Amino acid sequence: MISPVRGLCVACALIIGLPAHAAIKVLATTSDWGSLVTELGGDKVNVYTATSPLQDVHRVDAKPSLVARARSADLVVATGAELEIGWLPVLLRESSNSKIQPGAPGYFEISSALRLLDIPTAVDRSMGDVHPLGNPHVQLDPRNIATAAKALSVRLAQVDAPNAAYYQQRGADFQARWQQAMTRWSAQAATLRDVPVVVIHKDQTYLIHWLGMKELAAIEPKPGVPPSAGYLAGLVSRLGATPPRMILRNAYNDPKASDWLAERVKAPVVLLPFSVGGTPEAKDLFGLFDDTLRRLQAVAR
Amino acid sequence: MGHLSRIIAPVAIAAMVAPAAVQAADDVEALRAEIAAIKAEYAQRVTALEARIDQLETTATTAAAAPVEPPPVPAAPARTSSAFNPSISVILAGNYADLSQDPGDFNFAGFMPSGGEIGPGERSFNLGESEVTFAASVDPYFTAALTMALSAAGETGVEEAFARTTSLPAGFSVKGGRFFSGFGYLNEIHAHAWDFVDQPLVYQAFYGGQYGQDGLQVKWLAPTDLFLEFGAETGGGGEFPGTRLGRNGLNGTTLFTHLGGDLGDSIGWRAGLSWLGMDAEDRAYEDVDSAGNAVVNSFTGSSETWIADATFKWTPASSTRRQALKLQAEYMRRTEDGSLAYDVGGAGLNDSYRSEQDGWYVQGVYQFNPRWRFGVRYDELDPGSTRIGLVQSGDLLAADFPLLLPASPSRITTMIDFSPSEFSRLRAQYAWDDSRDADTDRQLLLQYIYALGAHGAHKF
Repeated sequence: MISPVRGLCVACALIIGLPAHAAIKVLATTSDWGSLVTELGGDKVNVYTATSPLQDVHRVDAKPSLVARARSADLVVATGAELEIGWLPVLLRESSNSKIQPGAPGYFEISSALRLLDIPTAVDRSMGDVHPLGNPHVQLDPRNIATAAKALSVRLAQVDAPNAAYYQQRGADFQARWQQAMTRWSAQAATLRDVPVVVIHKDQTYLIHWLGMKELAAIEPKPGVPPSAGYLAGLVSRLGATPPRMILRNAYNDPKASDWLAERVKAPVVLLPFSVGGTPEAKDLFGLFDDTLRRLQAVAR
Repeated sequence: MGHLSRIIAPVAIAAMVAPAAVQAADDVEALRAEIAAIKAEYAQRVTALEARIDQLETTATTAAAAPVEPPPVPAAPARTSSAFNPSISVILAGNYADLSQDPGDFNFAGFMPSGGEIGPGERSFNLGESEVTFAASVDPYFTAALTMALSAAGETGVEEAFARTTSLPAGFSVKGGRFFSGFGYLNEIHAHAWDFVDQPLVYQAFYGGQYGQDGLQVKWLAPTDLFLEFGAETGGGGEFPGTRLGRNGLNGTTLFTHLGGDLGDSIGWRAGLSWLGMDAEDRAYEDVDSAGNAVVNSFTGSSETWIADATFKWTPASSTRRQALKLQAEYMRRTEDGSLAYDVGGAGLNDSYRSEQDGWYVQGVYQFNPRWRFGVRYDELDPGSTRIGLVQSGDLLAADFPLLLPASPSRITTMIDFSPSEFSRLRAQYAWDDSRDADTDRQLLLQYIYALGAHGAHKF
């Protein structure tokens, strides 16, 4: 016998026209997490990525289209650590969707599974765009991806319990492929150890930490603060004594400052995808690291 | 508890089965049926319990699996009760004004004064409204916020003070308290987030700046990929163009709908249609009659406004140059129908009154550099056809209502602003303002805005 409640649900589903086993809807804040959800969820998830890889994720508009996606999302996958603080809270509030509010199973922060770097001991806005919870640009260390993937698999199984076994199996498969890839990347990365580099914003920290490169300086004097002419002149003279091997520029960065510095310190600029889709080769998370290492090695060699 | 029931279930069945075996033959059938029923029931219970145990075990693995390798970030430990304090944000603003006309006699020719925040403000250096906002979750069901405005003269006003639901199903949310009405586009936006120093003329003339309601708002967001929202509000209706009514019940209804989406990767848009209806009772304003005597007139009747709004924002998704272009326009049409009393407390004449007035603005703001923006706005008001019974009957002259004489207020505004960071903005604005039935007011305004503390995210 069908209970009245169940009958009503079935009737509602029929009226709305949903297939009985619709894929769960996931709203990912960046292309990296969109790619990770696709790896872990396969055809059981329907992923919508809120930002393009060439956008600065700090500064995104809470567009009506995003509010609409948040309204019907079963799960939001965000970086957390206040990276999306300028727009995600508005999306969540305007969505009127209780499933995806912070604290609910439908709200997942990648950074909640990770140990963050650069946690400041004191915070003050005079220090620029400091993130009190630590550096949120976590995607460029593959070990972070592995850790976050484990927690995300568990969360997918929790949000979509009928398919729990599927997510478990798919998660295990991803971990196996990722470990294999990491072995390959670690071997490739050996040549990059101790290579001195200059970055633009403090968002290559995890990559540099993983590869054991040496960060000599950042073009931004403080996070989010564009350099003045005086600061840049000082930087050039400082780097004269210890020249960098390369200057790292993310696909989303304006090339002006890095090109200017490259000319003066006679070091090449290496364009890195930074996120899935940042370069044509970085099609997914595997491609992101393959392409990043390939581009770094091409210059370091 | 779960384990205990699991043990008790088979024991209970065994206890029933054992005596059943020694019963008389004719009881056997009845007992069998009973036992079968009991068996079925317990089988069902055991299955349910097993399912629960499975579920608990998965949750346990969840808990165990989460802190793999590096343990999770130790979130700032909540050692004291101050962890529950609301977040505080403070906005400081002010300006320097150079105005070619005396701001003291500012008015909108052809419109009954709204009594609100109109005109460019005082000359020279001025402290603007300082805004303090406290916000926090109340409990699992509500969030609440209080925004106070401290005026330069030292008055404290409550701009908004509301609670809203966070856990209603099916896309519904309810907001209650004092809030800026959700109609149109600009009405809900706080002053520090405006793209110009001041509000469009139509907002100033129709609502005295912004329309707030002490009441309730219900919103529903459709579960569609296209943004589609419906809202309804009602409350005390004490703000212009309404007044408090000397009776129980509600005054003021706002209905609004917004539609929005993307055009390609780079353009976001939103458009809306709203309706605002309310009653006014003895809504008084000051004027000067044809003989030069100061008089107080007052309107009693209904006021209805239709509002259409549209906003486009272009932010190239595939460009690393942080450019953006925002175009927005709103059109409003208000009909007021009732009676107008002339020289209340003096002559005390009273007859019918009907006006149909409209106003609109269109503006564009171009962010040509990550920190610099340039904007242009055009405003226009049309006082329309106002029928004053006392004038039509010949009791009084049109010149006895000089503020309501036909006119055509308009304004052109340009601005450029520089934002050293998300938390500070310096702006220069120059406007040619023809709001008054007099010479053009050339207005130069230099403004600063600083945001301190937990600064909330902004709406589209």
